[in-house]
Amino acid sequence: MISLTSPVKTRAHGWPAGLKLGALCVASTALFMTGNVVVHLAALLAVAVLYTIPGPVFMRAGLRSLRAVLPIIVILLVWHGVTGDPGLGIRITLRTVTLVALANLVTMTTPLEDMIDLIHWLTTPLRRLGVPTHLLETAIPLVIRFTPVLVERAQTLAQAWRARAVRRPGWRLILPLMLQALDDADHVGEALRARGGPLGPHQQE
Amino acid sequence: MERNIAHIALFAAMIAALGLVPPITLAFGVPITAQSLGVMLAGAVLGSRRGFAAVALFVLLVALGLPLLSGGRGGLNLFNSSTAGFLVGYPVAALVTGLFVENVRLHQPGLTAALGAVLGGILVLYPLGAIGMAIHMQISFAEALMLLGVFLPGDLLKAGIAGMLVQALAKVRPETLAWHRSPAGATNPRL
Repeated sequence: MISLTSPVKTRAHGWPAGLKLGALCVASTALFMTGNVVVHLAALLAVAVLYTIPGPVFMRAGLRSLRAVLPIIVILLVWHGVTGDPGLGIRITLRTVTLVALANLVTMTTPLEDMIDLIHWLTTPLRRLGVPTHLLETAIPLVIRFTPVLVERAQTLAQAWRARAVRRPGWRLILPLMLQALDDADHVGEALRARGGPLGPHQQE
Repeated sequence: MERNIAHIALFAAMIAALGLVPPITLAFGVPITAQSLGVMLAGAVLGSRRGFAAVALFVLLVALGLPLLSGGRGGLNLFNSSTAGFLVGYPVAALVTGLFVENVRLHQPGLTAALGAVLGGILVLYPLGAIGMAIHMQISFAEALMLLGVFLPGDLLKAGIAGMLVQALAKVRPETLAWHRSPAGATNPRL
């Protein structure tokens, strides 16, 4: 499955995921604490430099993921411009872009396996309390495996609809999609049981 | 137990698949998609606990960097922007929708589900989303709620659709809806 990680390998790929996440939290909190526009501008410049270091391919991929923030910027500037404090609008826009770009950097440079390991580590206190967090290790691969399957099913259903009707398929496809997903879930449940149940807390080590 | 895990995982996958319906992004960057319909359905079909788990699992995978959110978005950047409140609010919305359908008995399961979807997917989700927007955009909570008004017609429609889907599900696959007990004389004489 396609993921949002960077197409090129960077040095940051090797860094521990916990460290990157921790740094992101510290940086985000710090930016929320300060209202100094010079600090925000410097932070944005620093993040921009981080994007350029791994080369043009990395930068293009990164900027593509950042496109989603554009509408937010427009509304921020318009809103604060209309309500009479454009300075505040600019400051928040700078902060928003920096925060989103920073978080995106962590996502781009951290492979899924590292993230799952991090989750395993972060849920340690819950596990101590007796929460069955090991079930996540069974559930996560199931979702990853079945999302493309269900997407394909939805496309097949839409195709079948188009073969029969002139109107565009809409929400009506959701019922058969849901029925198939529920049937699949029953089968997967039986298959899991036949194979001795989900991964136990000891098997995954 | 195995069945529960499978249902939770498959529903999370279905919410992701629903994100494929092309989203209509509005001016302030919170898109309208069938994905929130999936959240309503998770609570209404699976009930509070499993619905919460399914949506929480979906949000967790988005946070881990899988492009499962509508429009192929995903990653931690979403949790650092004005959409954060919604992502955190989704599991809560499913939980509340589930609690409603489990505790309120109406004659029509579809109506119960639609009302539950309005409660969870609008009355609970909007304030949570607005808190996220207020923090990130530095606007007041009331202003954020006002901006969210744009979504109201779409979400009311989705709650209605969720109700119709659950009504149909109660007919063709009643055993799925654990919270729905058929009225007296559950066995259909014609079968």
